Amino acid sequence: MKTLTTFAATATATLMLSTGIASADVTIGIAAEPYPPFAEKTADGSWTGWEVEMIGALCEAMEETCTIAPIAWDGIIPALMSKKIDVIMASMSITEERLKTIDFSDKYYNTPAVLVGAKSMEMTGDPASLDGKYVGVQVSTTHANYVDAHFAETADVKTYNTFDEHNQDLVAGRIDAVVGDSLAFQDFLKSDAGAPYEVKAELNDVAIFGPGVGAGMRKDDTDLHAKMNAAIEKIRADGTYKAISDKYFDFDIYGG
Amino acid sequence: MEWYWLPEYAPRFLEGLWLTLQLLGLSIFFGMSLAIPIGLAQVTGPWPLAWTARAFCTVIRGTPLLIQLWLIYYGLGSLFPFIPGIRESMIWPLLREAFPYAVVAFSLSVAGYEGEVMRGAFRSVPRGELEAARAMGMSPFKVLRRIWLPRALQNVFPTLAGEFILTLKATPLAATITVFEVYGVGSIVRQETYRIYEPLLFVALIYLCLTFVLVIAFRLMERRMPQRSA
Repeated sequence: MKTLTTFAATATATLMLSTGIASADVTIGIAAEPYPPFAEKTADGSWTGWEVEMIGALCEAMEETCTIAPIAWDGIIPALMSKKIDVIMASMSITEERLKTIDFSDKYYNTPAVLVGAKSMEMTGDPASLDGKYVGVQVSTTHANYVDAHFAETADVKTYNTFDEHNQDLVAGRIDAVVGDSLAFQDFLKSDAGAPYEVKAELNDVAIFGPGVGAGMRKDDTDLHAKMNAAIEKIRADGTYKAISDKYFDFDIYGG
Repeated sequence: MEWYWLPEYAPRFLEGLWLTLQLLGLSIFFGMSLAIPIGLAQVTGPWPLAWTARAFCTVIRGTPLLIQLWLIYYGLGSLFPFIPGIRESMIWPLLREAFPYAVVAFSLSVAGYEGEVMRGAFRSVPRGELEAARAMGMSPFKVLRRIWLPRALQNVFPTLAGEFILTLKATPLAATITVFEVYGVGSIVRQETYRIYEPLLFVALIYLCLTFVLVIAFRLMERRMPQRSA
């Protein structure tokens, strides 16, 4: 169902070399659900994608040994709090609500949310255009918050546990539109199943979407926090960030 | 322990509870309506019917309910784009909702397990009683309605009560296909408040209460059944 990307081999290689002068092992939690092109599983079971390569680069910059732990998305913050993992790097947006529980590094990317629907159907980001339509969204994401705030009055909202599931129901026709991250939709829209669909609108609301995506950490882990911010700055400055991003995107994923 | 979230989510829990009860009630109703003929077919049916019934029970009991549910919901859903006109058809409003799929999946599951229970139940009724009924001049259908079915149900009533409790505890699976019943609401609370124990404990408590109600209800029904002292 999902088209495998070609950068699989390079990404896995990057992860392997993330050794260096290790002070203590850092466990990085990623979401166990595929979220291409950020993270997806290759045929041999290893993880690959932009975010996975970025984890490799950041760990190298921090001079830490990192282990990647896939955790179900809905349990990822509890896993951080119970010290099963030390860092969340799962395309998690920095939000007020999450900042009550955990801390975030500076953003490492920021992409707009979009509304995706059938080419044959008239709709825009305007709530009135979604009157009586079914809109799907992944549960407990900033996109779900946006849908609750803007579309819940006019549209019928259905929440899904994973990104793949709402896409499957979009293709099945059970829902008319989905709201999610513009980049996460790239692969889907290029696939055969996604061909009849297109981006209808970019959705903006800083109060909901916040400054972007950061690495989640425990509030008392201040050392790691400082190291992570320094590492982000370092790979931004020395060209590593751009080199990795250019393989995946033809625009600046870091955002304005 | 913090329970500040409870008043805010209470209405959604009530909605979830109603969904759970509907799902359980409908599944038991449709499931048992199938289980009785399935059990009977295995005991007295002509061999193609008996064989089909047995195969059905084996498949249903031999595969995880979660996979059955997903095959029915996402599997069928993936075929819709190839069926022209389905989205304009009269049954589309039903097909686009998730709840009917959950009812179908759970009913089939109940039918599979209870079909097997009913097979044993029909077989356990002493042949002498059936022969006596026939000797009284009752038609086969009347024998079934007056003697065979009541006696069979009476024999397995406690077993069925246990099975229905298991069905109740399987209903959280429906949350995986967007039917946000009690467990689904609990997981929304978990994801929105980042509290783990309290919502899970609360959900567990609801199921415990529901089980308790089921047990009491079945015990009352059992007591109302005429008992024959052996």
